[in-house]
This record gives sequence, C-alpha cells and structure tokens, in this order.
Amino acid sequence: MKTCPEEMIDYMHDYLDGDITSEHEQKLKNHLQQCEDCQHHFHELKKAIAFVQSTSHISAPDDFTNSVMDRLPKEKKKVGVERWLRHHPMLTAAALFLFFMTGSVFASWNDNEDFSFTKNDALVVQDHTVVVPEGEVVNGDLTVRNGDVKIEGKVTGDVTVINGKQYLASAGTVTGDIKEIDAAFEWLWYQIKSGAKDLVEWGNSQLDEK
Amino acid sequence: MEALVKKRIKQVLKGDQSAFAELVELYKDKVFQICYRMLGNRHEAEDIAQEAFIRAYVNIETFNQKRKFSTWLFRIATNLCIDRIRKKKPDYYLDAEVAGTEGLTMYSQVAADVQMPEDEVENMELQETIQKEISKLPEKYRSVIVLKYIEELPLQEISEILDMPLGTVKTRVHRGREALRKQLKSL
Repeated sequence: MKTCPEEMIDYMHDYLDGDITSEHEQKLKNHLQQCEDCQHHFHELKKAIAFVQSTSHISAPDDFTNSVMDRLPKEKKKVGVERWLRHHPMLTAAALFLFFMTGSVFASWNDNEDFSFTKNDALVVQDHTVVVPEGEVVNGDLTVRNGDVKIEGKVTGDVTVINGKQYLASAGTVTGDIKEIDAAFEWLWYQIKSGAKDLVEWGNSQLDEK
Repeated sequence: MEALVKKRIKQVLKGDQSAFAELVELYKDKVFQICYRMLGNRHEAEDIAQEAFIRAYVNIETFNQKRKFSTWLFRIATNLCIDRIRKKKPDYYLDAEVAGTEGLTMYSQVAADVQMPEDEVENMELQETIQKEISKLPEKYRSVIVLKYIEELPLQEISEILDMPLGTVKTRVHRGREALRKQLKSL
C-alpha cells in the first residue's frame, strides 16, 4: 500500500473520464495486477458510479407544463390572433373570401348609383322618371336604375326597376314581368339570378349552335 | 431536434407563448431530474424547475442562438439549485431528513400506482439510499456528479453549464467520485 505511486488514483479517474493516455493506462493495469488495495479502490469507485447511474430516471409531474405556462407573464394579444389564424387556415380562407366577396358586391352596387336606363328612342325622361309615352312600343326588356318608370305605352319584355318605383298606367301594357329591386340584398340576389340566367342562355345558345 | 428547438425559440422571441410550452415539454423531465437530484426533495425540485423555465422565458433574448439551448437551460436550473442549497445550509441536516421522507412518500406513491414486485420495492429503498448519499455531497461536487452520471453529459458541456474551466470540472468529478466511493462502499 505504502509503495503505491500517488498518481495511480489520478490514473483511475482519468480512466473513468475516458481520457487516459495509453501509456498511463498500461501503468495502471500493471499496477492493479500487483496491488490488491488499489484494485479494491478502483472497484469501489466503479461501484459508486454504477449505483448513481442505477437511479431510475424520474419524470416531472403531469401538470408541470401547465403550471409553468400559468406562471408566465401574459403574451401580447397580436400574437394570439396570428397564431389563431395559423392554426385555422380554412376559417381564415373563408373569412378572407367573404370579405372580398362582400367588398366587390358592394362596389358594384355603389358603381350604379347613377340614374340610368335601357336606351330606347321611344323613351322620354322627366325628372328621373322614365316614361313610356302613350302609343309608343318598347321592344325588349326595360331596366331603370335609381329612377322611377311610368308606363303609358307598351313594353314587349320585362320591366326591372332598381331603387325606384314603377307606375303602370291603365292604358299601359307590359308583356313580361315587372320587378322592383330596392335593398342591397335583393340587388345581390338579382345579380346572382341574372348571372345564372345568362349562363343558362349561353349554354342554350351553345347547344343551338350544335 | 436541435432544428426544431431553434424554430421554437424564434417563435418565442416573436412572443409566441405556445411555442415555449413545447420547449417545456421537451426539457421538463431533464430539468426536473437535475433539480430533484440536486435538492433531494420533490416539492422543492418542482418549484425550482418551474422557476428555471420562467427565467428562461423572461430572459430568452439573452440566449445566444448559436449555442445549445439545453446547456443554457441547465445552467439556469443548476444555478437556481445551488442558490437554494446555499440558502438552506445552516439547517442542512434537518433538511436532509426531510428530503429522505419526501423521497419515501414519492416512492410509496409510485408503488401504489403501479403494482411493484418485491424486488422492485427493495430497489426503491436502494434508490432512496443513493439519493440520500448524493444529497450529502457538498454542492460543488453534487452538481458535477448529477450532470455527469445522471444526465450523462460530456465533461465539456458540464464545464459550459457550470461556467468553469474543464480542469476544475475534472477535479470536482474526481473528488465527488471519491466522496461517493467512501459513502457507498458499505452497500
């Protein structure tokens, strides 16, 4: 025991740390073969390490993450909204679609605030009122925007009044339908219907061509 | 893994708290383990481990993204543990007793939840003894031993976590091992 070189213990630790030089390792091995005390010491060291390593890995309590999150300072609102948008792409897309749709519909609604009507030589205009004079015949549909219509003569198609009223004199005749459109919603509905109608007509004309 | 962690850190830097929750999930067991082995008490370990995550969140701007997040996080945790150990030093022995009792309740709880064969119970008792011996180590040896043999970290990383030269870490590991050898040789 007394003859043991002091550095042997250091070599043991270097060995355990995995950074012993091969020269030292050889010296240590040779020494351990001769010295029982050092062998014992080395064994005890390895046993202690094995014991410490044998402690099972323990996990954090189940509610650990929630507890931490509850204790964090509050985050900025903006981030919450951004994250919501990121996590709900379909809803975000739907919201965007709705936003632009209503935007474009109202834009086309507002575009048509001017008084306008289907051009026809027979028509007479009096203070935002389109008059179909007695004895005159308007061939085809008549549409009036942002004005009234007074029919004393004859219209051989549909009469549509947007944002206005229609007066049909007892002598006047309309062969098609008479429609009054006031609210934006009805306007939207009318747009959709006429769009569909156009599509059907276009489809029919395509069929006719064949 | 590291790439994911980096991504989450960037999100946290932008103020996204839920990204931080993922980081907590990833590291909670390791941080809790360090704290538990350092403090030898489940309640204190939970308290300090939570505190470590909160500090990490609050100081995330100071984290150098070129480095390993775990190193930085473990450093916060070990520093908090060391502070706690130093604060309670005067009544150290009293606390060691409490720590032992804590360990007992914890293990008996585990045993109640999961049915344990006899030898497992014995193993639990042995583990408790080992934890007690770890708790007896002076704090400067305890931290290196916990990081090296329980977290199984390389010495270089331990030197970064504890912010001390590699040579010092080695010396402390050696002395810690010698101390453990003396304490555990009767087992």
